[in-house]
Amino acid sequence: MIAKLLKLQPSTSLSTDAAKKAPLAIDGLSVSYHHKPVVWDLSFVAPEKGLVAVVGPNGAGKSTFIKAALGLIPKLSGEITVYGKPVDKQRKLIGYVPQRGSVDWDFPASALDVVTMGLYGEIGWLKPVRKGHKEQALSYLEKVGMADFADRQIGQLSGGQQQRVFLARALAQDASLYFMDEPFVGVDAATERAIINVLKKLKDQGKTVICVHHDLQSAPDYFDHALILNVRPVASGPMHEAFTSENLQRAYGGRLAPSELSGLMSLAGQ
Amino acid sequence: MDLPLADFLQIDFPALLVASLAGLCCGLPGNFLVLRRQSLIGDAMSHVVLPGIVVGYLLSGTLDTLPMLLGALGAALISALLIEVIRRLGNVEPGAAMGVVFTSMFALGVLILEQTGASGVHLDVEHALYGNLESTLWFGLTDWSDILSADGLAQMPGSISRLGGVTLVVLLVIILFFKELKISTFDPAMATSLGFNARYISIGLIVMTATSAVAAFDAVGSILVIAMFICPAATARMWTDKLSSQIILSSVFALMSGCLGYLIAAFGPFLLGENYALNAAGMIAVVACLLQAFSMVFAPNHGTMGRFLKQRKALQEPAEI
Amino acid sequence: MLQELFDILTFQSGYNTNVVLLGAGLLGTAGGVVGVFSLLRKRALISDAISHATLPGITLGFLVALALTGTGKSLPFLMVGSTLSGILGVLLVQWIKDNTRLPEDSAIGTVLSSFFGLGVVLMSYIQTLKSGSQAGLESYLLGSTASMLQSEAEMIAISALAITMLAVLFMKEFGLVCFDPDYAASRGWAVSKIDLLMMALLLAVVVIGLKTVGLILIIALVIIPPVAARFWTDRLGVMVAISAFTGGMSCYLGAALSALTPDLPSGATIVLTATALFTLSLLFAPKRGVIATALRQFSFRLKITRRRALLSLNKGQPTLSFLASFLLKREGVLNSDHTLTEKGQKTVATMSRDQALWNQYLSDYPEEAFAQNRWSLAMITDILPRDLINELEMSIDSPKKEIG
Repeated sequence: MIAKLLKLQPSTSLSTDAAKKAPLAIDGLSVSYHHKPVVWDLSFVAPEKGLVAVVGPNGAGKSTFIKAALGLIPKLSGEITVYGKPVDKQRKLIGYVPQRGSVDWDFPASALDVVTMGLYGEIGWLKPVRKGHKEQALSYLEKVGMADFADRQIGQLSGGQQQRVFLARALAQDASLYFMDEPFVGVDAATERAIINVLKKLKDQGKTVICVHHDLQSAPDYFDHALILNVRPVASGPMHEAFTSENLQRAYGGRLAPSELSGLMSLAGQ
Repeated sequence: MDLPLADFLQIDFPALLVASLAGLCCGLPGNFLVLRRQSLIGDAMSHVVLPGIVVGYLLSGTLDTLPMLLGALGAALISALLIEVIRRLGNVEPGAAMGVVFTSMFALGVLILEQTGASGVHLDVEHALYGNLESTLWFGLTDWSDILSADGLAQMPGSISRLGGVTLVVLLVIILFFKELKISTFDPAMATSLGFNARYISIGLIVMTATSAVAAFDAVGSILVIAMFICPAATARMWTDKLSSQIILSSVFALMSGCLGYLIAAFGPFLLGENYALNAAGMIAVVACLLQAFSMVFAPNHGTMGRFLKQRKALQEPAEI
Repeated sequence: MLQELFDILTFQSGYNTNVVLLGAGLLGTAGGVVGVFSLLRKRALISDAISHATLPGITLGFLVALALTGTGKSLPFLMVGSTLSGILGVLLVQWIKDNTRLPEDSAIGTVLSSFFGLGVVLMSYIQTLKSGSQAGLESYLLGSTASMLQSEAEMIAISALAITMLAVLFMKEFGLVCFDPDYAASRGWAVSKIDLLMMALLLAVVVIGLKTVGLILIIALVIIPPVAARFWTDRLGVMVAISAFTGGMSCYLGAALSALTPDLPSGATIVLTATALFTLSLLFAPKRGVIATALRQFSFRLKITRRRALLSLNKGQPTLSFLASFLLKREGVLNSDHTLTEKGQKTVATMSRDQALWNQYLSDYPEEAFAQNRWSLAMITDILPRDLINELEMSIDSPKKEIG
C-alpha cells in the first residue's frame, strides 16, 4: 500500500498485453531487510530474447531484487509474473545461478553431482538419480568445457571452474528465463569467454537472461538491455537508451569520476 | 514460616553468596562470548572440566581445591587445543568440532569417575550437572557481625573464597583490558594492526572462561554455568548498545537471577505450605532465562514489542525516501 | 571377561541383551545418517538444544503418567512429553534467532540452559514425592541399557530403522537443500518442508536415543560419526554410508561394553567408542586423515626439491641442500663428488625441457595453466594432450614476434 501511495514515477502496468506475456513483469516491488527498504517501488518488464544487465552501486539492492523476483525472500509489496503467471507456477521455466560465495564449497559433492542437481526437478521427489541423468549432466559440463573435471570435488576447482559448474547446472534444466547473480566476479578470462558464449547461445534460442553485473565497462558489450538500480529504479530499457551518463550519474552519484563516465559512454556507442 | 537468623546465616546466606558470585564470575566474561558468537564455548567448557576435576582428585587423593582446579584448567586447555586441531585438519565447522570434543571429554570424565570408585566420595555425575549449592554451609555464624569476625572468616566455605577470588580477578582483568577486549571483539584484524594481538586476546578470553567455569562448576554445576555465561549478557544486550553499560547491566541481571532463583527454590514451596525445597541451580537458570524472555519481548529498542510498535508508527507516517 | 564380551557381541547372551544391542546398533545407524545432514546444514549444535530441551518434557510426562496411571515410568508418556518439549525448544531457538538481535549460538545456549534448568527443578520436585518411583529418570541423563525393557528395545530398533529408511529415501532432496537452499527454492522445492523433515528426524533420533545414550551425550551420536566420515570421502552417498556404519558400530560396541559393566552409564561407553573410531579416522583416513595429509605434503616437498635441484644443475654449479643431494645420489643422477652421471645428464636435460614447456604453457594459456593444479609437478607429457605439446614446442622453437 505504502508503495502505491508514495509512487514517484508511473509504473508499468501489468494489464497491457505485452507485460502479460513478458518473461518477467514486475509491478511496484518493494523489499525491506531488517526494517530498512532495500528495493523501493521497482517496476520492470523484461524483453523477450533479451540479455539484461542489472547494474548499480554496492548496496543498491541488485541481489535482493533477483532474490525477490525469484520469490526467495518476502516482499513488502508488488506483483511479479513470469510469462503471465505467478512465479510459483512457473518454476520449471526459471533457471538460477546464485552468487558463488553463497554455498559451502567444501560440501562432499563432485562437479557432476552439482550439475545433476539441475535435473532433480525433472527426476522428481524420492526417485533416485539414474545413469542416464548422469550422462545428461556430463553433456552440460562439456558445454562449459568442464567435462574433464566431472569427478573432482567442487572445493578443488578454481573460482572460474566453480562458476562454470553453476552455469552448467542452470543449463541442465532447460529454462526460458535465467537469473544470474554476478557470474563474472572472480573468474578468469577463459571462463568469462565461456559465460559470454553461453549467454549468446541462450539469446539465440529465444531465452531471456537477467544478470547482476558489477563491471560497467563491459556491460554494454555483453548485454543488450539494462536495468539501473539504486534502491529505486533509475532507468531501464534497451542498452543505448538506458545506459546514459545521466542515468549512471543518477545511480552512482559522485561515485563515478567524469572521466570514467565519458569512457563508458564511448563504449556504449554514444 | 519461622526462620531463625542463625539458620539463614549458616544455610541460606552462603548459598546466596555462592549463587551471586558464580553468576558474576561467569556473567562477566559471558558478555564477550555472546558478542563474539562464542556462547557455546561456555557450554563446552562446563562439560570438559569434568575429567580434569576427577583426575585432579585422583592424583592428589584429596578434595583440596587446588589440584582439582589445576586438573580442570588443564582439561579445558587441552580441549581448546583439540577443538582447534580438529577444526583445522578436518575442515569442520567450529560447532561440530566442539561437539566432538566436549562429549568425548565428558564421557571420559564419567568413565574415570565410575571406574575408579571416585564416585560416592564427593564427586558424582549429578553433582557435576547441577552442583550442590544447597550444601554450601557456613558453620559458626549466629549473627551478621560474625561474618567478619576472625572465627567466622576462618570457617568460610572454600567455594566462597575461591569464587570470590576468581570473580575479583575476572573483574580486574576486564577493567584493565577493557579497551583491548572491546576492539578485538569488534574488529580482530584492526586490533592486530594496532598492535594488540587479537589471537592472544582470544586465547586469554578462553583461559578466563575456563577459569570461571572451573571455579563455578564445583559449586553450582554445569547447567548454571552455561546459563550464567549466556543469559545475563544476552538480557543486557536487549537494553543497551554500549558495551560498558551492557557489562554493568549483565552483572545486575546475574545477581538478580542468583538471589531470586535461590529464594524461590528454597522458600517457594514453604510459602505454598509444602515442606521441601526445589533444586536451586535449576531454578536460578530458569529465572535468568525468564528475565531474558521478558527483555526480548518488552525492552524498548531491541525487544520485539518495541520494534513492532516503532515499525507501525513508521508505516503510519509517510517516509521520506 | 573377554569371553563374556565375545558372547555378548555374537548375540549369545540371551534374547533381551540381543534386542538391546540390536536396538542400539540401529539407533547409532540412524544417528549417523541423520547427523550427516544436520552437519552439512550447519546445524550440528542445535541437537544439543533439542536434547537438553527434552528434560522438562520427560519430567512432566512422568508427572502426568503418575497422575493418570499411578506409575510414572510409562514410556509413551515420557516420549510424548520429550517430543513436545523438544519441539518447543527448536521453535524457541528459531524465534530468538529470527526476532531478536541475538545470534544462533546464544539462542541455543539460552534454550539449552533454561529447559534443562526447568527439568532439573521438576526432577527435584519428583524426588520429594512419596511414590519413590523416580528411580529410572536419572537414566535419561546418561543412558542406561541395563535397565532397558525388552519392549523398549524393540521400539527403539523399529523406530531407528524407520528413521534411517526415511533419511536414505530423501537423500537427494536433503543433499540439495543442504548444499544450496536458495537454488532449491528457486526450482520450486519446498525447502522449509524439507528442512522440517530433517529437523523432525533429528528430533526423533534424540527422543528414541534418550534411554540408551542419555540427553547429555546424545548429541555425540549425531556429530561424531558424520565428522569422522568426512575424513574418508568427498562423496555424499559414501559419507552417509560411512557415518551410518561408524554410528552403528559405536552404539553396538558401546552397549556391549556397558552390558559388561552395569555401573557404567551406557552413554559414556557409547560415546567413547565413537571417539575411538573418530580418532582412527582422524589419523588414518586416506583422504583427509592427518597421516595421509602429512605424507602427501612430504612427497610434494620431495617432488619440488628434486625438480628444483635438477633445474639448478642445468644452469651450472648449484649449492644443493642435503636433502636434494641425497635424493639425486640415490636416484643415480649425481656421483658422490657431485658431478653428473651419464643418466643424470639425460635427466637434467629432460627436466629442463619439461619446465620450458610448462613455462610456455603458462604464458600462452595463462588461465588454463592456472586452473591446471599439477602445473610443474608432473611431466607435461603425462598431463597435456600431444597436439597441445606440439604447439608449445613450436612456439618455443620459433617464437612469434607479434607481441606489441
